[in-house]
Amino acid sequence: MPGDTLITSENDTDIELDFAGVEDFQENHKREKHYGKRRNGDRQQNKRENQRRKRSSKSVQGIREESQSKTERRERSRRRKGKAEHETSGHEGNKRERDQTRAKSTKSKKNIKNEKTRKLEGKEDGEAQEKSEKGKLKLVCAKNEEKIESGDQLKEKEKALGVKKKKKRRKKVVETSSEPETSEDGDDEEEVNNDGEVRPELLSPEELEKLKEAVDEKKKLIQSLRGKPWPMKQKLVTLRESQLFVEKYEGALGKGKGRKLYAYKVMMTKKWMKFQRDFENFKTACIPWEMKIKEIESHFGSSVASYFIFLRWMYSINMILFGLTFGLVMVPEALMGRPYGSIPRKTVPRAEEAGAMDFAVLWDFGGYAQYSVLFYGYYNNQRAIGWFKFRMPLSYFLVGVGTVAYSYMVVIRTMARNANESGIGDDNSFNFSWKMFTSWDYLIGNPETADNKFASITTSFKEAILEEQESRKDDNIHLTRFLRVLANFLVLCCLAGSGYLIYFVVRRSQKFALDGLENHSWWERNEVNMVMSLLGMFCPMLFDVISTLENYHPRVALQWQLGRIFALFLGNLYTFIIALMDAINLKRKEEKVVKYNITMWEASLYNGTGSENSTAPPITIHPADVPRGPCWETMVGQEFVRLIISDTMTTYITLLIGDFLRAVLVRFLNHCWCWDLEAGFPSYSEFDVSGNVLGLIFNQGMIWMGAFYAPCLPALNLLRLHVSMYLQCWAVMCCNVPQERVFKASGSNNFYMAMLLVILFLSTLPAIYTIVTIPPSFDCGPFSGKNRMFDVIQETLESDFPAWFSKVFSYASNPGLVLPFILLMVLAIYYLQSTSKSYKEANVELKKKLQMQNEENKKKNKQAALKAQMDLEEARKSASQTAVHQRNNNDSVQRREDDEEIDNKNQRMYHGRNPSPSVGNREPHFPVRDPGPRNAHNGNHGNPRYLPGFHQQSEPRMCRVPSLERH
Amino acid sequence: MGNKQTIFTAQQLDAYQMICNPTLKVNVLDHPRLFYRYRDLAPQLVPLDYTNHPDVKLPYELIGSMPELKDNPFRQRIAEVFSEDGEGNMTLDDFLDMFSVLSEMAPRDLKAYYAFKIYDFNDDDFICKSDLEKTLNKLTRNELTEDEVKMVCEKVIDEADLDNDGRLSLEDFQHMINRAPDFLSTFHIRI
Repeated sequence: MPGDTLITSENDTDIELDFAGVEDFQENHKREKHYGKRRNGDRQQNKRENQRRKRSSKSVQGIREESQSKTERRERSRRRKGKAEHETSGHEGNKRERDQTRAKSTKSKKNIKNEKTRKLEGKEDGEAQEKSEKGKLKLVCAKNEEKIESGDQLKEKEKALGVKKKKKRRKKVVETSSEPETSEDGDDEEEVNNDGEVRPELLSPEELEKLKEAVDEKKKLIQSLRGKPWPMKQKLVTLRESQLFVEKYEGALGKGKGRKLYAYKVMMTKKWMKFQRDFENFKTACIPWEMKIKEIESHFGSSVASYFIFLRWMYSINMILFGLTFGLVMVPEALMGRPYGSIPRKTVPRAEEAGAMDFAVLWDFGGYAQYSVLFYGYYNNQRAIGWFKFRMPLSYFLVGVGTVAYSYMVVIRTMARNANESGIGDDNSFNFSWKMFTSWDYLIGNPETADNKFASITTSFKEAILEEQESRKDDNIHLTRFLRVLANFLVLCCLAGSGYLIYFVVRRSQKFALDGLENHSWWERNEVNMVMSLLGMFCPMLFDVISTLENYHPRVALQWQLGRIFALFLGNLYTFIIALMDAINLKRKEEKVVKYNITMWEASLYNGTGSENSTAPPITIHPADVPRGPCWETMVGQEFVRLIISDTMTTYITLLIGDFLRAVLVRFLNHCWCWDLEAGFPSYSEFDVSGNVLGLIFNQGMIWMGAFYAPCLPALNLLRLHVSMYLQCWAVMCCNVPQERVFKASGSNNFYMAMLLVILFLSTLPAIYTIVTIPPSFDCGPFSGKNRMFDVIQETLESDFPAWFSKVFSYASNPGLVLPFILLMVLAIYYLQSTSKSYKEANVELKKKLQMQNEENKKKNKQAALKAQMDLEEARKSASQTAVHQRNNNDSVQRREDDEEIDNKNQRMYHGRNPSPSVGNREPHFPVRDPGPRNAHNGNHGNPRYLPGFHQQSEPRMCRVPSLERH
Repeated sequence: MGNKQTIFTAQQLDAYQMICNPTLKVNVLDHPRLFYRYRDLAPQLVPLDYTNHPDVKLPYELIGSMPELKDNPFRQRIAEVFSEDGEGNMTLDDFLDMFSVLSEMAPRDLKAYYAFKIYDFNDDDFICKSDLEKTLNKLTRNELTEDEVKMVCEKVIDEADLDNDGRLSLEDFQHMINRAPDFLSTFHIRI
């Protein structure tokens, strides 16, 4: 910054000041600021800002300004100017030196500070000189300010603010330090405060350092002000001070250079954070049924909610499955494949045509429903369809494989994640405290949500209390063990019985099937399904009754229950599959016959026509009239669809009858019944978590099993899940009561997941078996005409890929390569498994250590606290003793004639005011006692004259020892 | 302020901006939403001009009826803690203070400090059993039995009391709350 510009501008201001009024000094001030900010690159901006701020902040400054008369100001400025001109520069140099020393001295002497600053001012000469002086003054001022802050900051600040406006006075030059100008004191100081410039080049490095530190400190203070638990007023005051300080000196240190950029950055981060927050909100708002589930959770506890969360998760999986089958199989076939009626497999046969549109037939997925994209048989074996050559059979096969692969992936991934979560999140050290202090969500601003929250907090407390009680409980172990063995035995009996029953029924039904279904009654035809449904309905109840014997924690009991029902359902499912396999075999036998017949029929057809007229055009036979095979794939698909439908219906109907009707009856018949229905026998039903979860899991298993043969299954399932979500939510809220013992769901739902994985495996097994071993039907489905379904891969490789690729593939599939590869994988799995095991062990070990450390710390803390407390008590006591005795002495000196009673009274009164009254009050009763214990306990302590106190002190310690050990 | 009436001076605004937490900044500076929220509680009491620091207090009844606080079981405590007179009557500064602390961006320590004060019902700088019981009863609307309440309180003290004095000091409280996973997410009010 060249001095010339400074001088000229200063002169300008002075001249302006001479002629200007109140308005002018604002201008002037602007200029001042202007100089200051020149060092920072952005002076324009700042100037404007300052101006604006100055104008708008009228509260303190405005009053002050107005109080001063224009003329006075003018006079002063003129005087100052004159003096400045007359000063010599040589004089100036000496003065400056003195200034510096004085500046340092001012630090310590707040009182004479003002005088000194005045002196400093006096030495100002030319405008440029004045500037440099000012730099120092500022430093002085800075130090002063720091001092002042500890004192009556408010006033000082106010002053500073007030005078900020009165820039004019800055230029006033006081000739000598002796010149009395008391009235100017405040102004001078303010002026110094006010100036925004320090010239770093004129300061010694140490001073610069100090200044820097001070500024940094202030900055830090400003930054941390938000985090200070002070009332707003105090904050405001502190802020104002520190801000002024920083504003002044920051420029000097060149720290404000990146300010604009910084501000921009801050703004952007803020925007970004806001965006993120909004996005989070949006994401949570996008989670379907979140509110419903929250509501249920708040009333029924986390275990019931876990079912609904599981349901929602299942829904999302089915969404993907549906997307795959719908987008890659059903839609392409419907849009680009041959239309309905073009070929036999896409036409309803003549015999069925009459009733193909009947509802009963459609409901059974026969008729038109059977000959549609919904089932395997409808698809054509044309290699490529549509104008962009969609490889339909390949797509069909890959989607079938893809759905299973995706399901595996998702289930396993979820399991892994759950395992992780449960590994981390089992820190229960502050379980109750957190519940107490962090469970209320201060965001809640809606009475209904608040009600829910109250309910959920109560529930969660109850859950936690239950857990706590369970962990404390220890009953007769032997009795419990016996009962548990008994219960398991009973359950095994049940399972065996139901297994035999199903076996028996299936065998019988096979016999019926051989006879021909038409000869039998409805019951005999549907015996298997009915028996399975009934078993599925009553066995869980039986298990429930049995499980009360075991006296497990509800969560464990739930898992046992789930396991048992799982076993039951599994038996059912596999008998169903076995029956299905029998049916497939029957169909295949039938197919052989039909195939033979068809060749005969065709031959006869051609023979017949050929003999009559060889030149006649080939006879066109309507596709509906063409004889066709039984198409076992479609049959399997239909079976599964029917099963799903009947299962869904059973679920809904039991829901309506078992829950809703029961609730209605209990509620309304209660008025005219001889016992209390609500509290007594029927009561309201509880939500059956285990049954519902298993229903869901098995349902999903069937989807996985049947999806290959009936592409419509995921769609159906999606519909079912959607409806049951709403229906069950409604049913739970409307006709169920919370369990008597509300318990927490296990942190991760890995138990459900594990069952799902088992089911997935068990259900893909038969599907894969049929795909791999049974040749597809000869006249229906995308793989018709092939020996095996997976031949479609081979075909694609040969015709759609370059020759080298199939070569490579054939090499790669060479057992010589595959076997080592499998070996390698096994090794890798083994390695990973063992490492994960060791990690787990290490984890457990570390956790143990951490816990021990924690406990140790706690113990230590407690001991330290105890000690400190005792020390404090001792100190207090001894202090009080001293005081008492001194007082006693005084009393005795002053009033020797007073008798002892009065003395005692004084003592008592004194102790009444003692901070530890319990000790104090007791004390007078043991004025002199056996001093023995003192040495043992308090050898290091205090005055041996005051025996009673020491004796006393031993008491609290004695009684505290056991408490310490207890902890 | 644009063409709006001047409520605060630019300086006041700057100061508030620095002190209050960032999420409130915008509210105070650009459109003084918080101020209007405050004023809407009692338009007849609160002047539109705050440049000369008028001494206005709103009674607790008005503060407690704000939708943000209305359903909070601790609303009275919140108002008491943040008000200067300790009785829930709030000046604008108190009001801003409250929302600044309860805003999303407030530092954890600050929140913990005020949370401690809120849960310290009898203002003795310790959370003792009676405080805990009060807290619990407010949280569950007295739906737990006495035994349960007692047990929970004992458990809390047992868990969090590090110096074994049978009550929670601020340090105990901070030690415990700093490990809580969802303290920050629940202890804030969006306005």
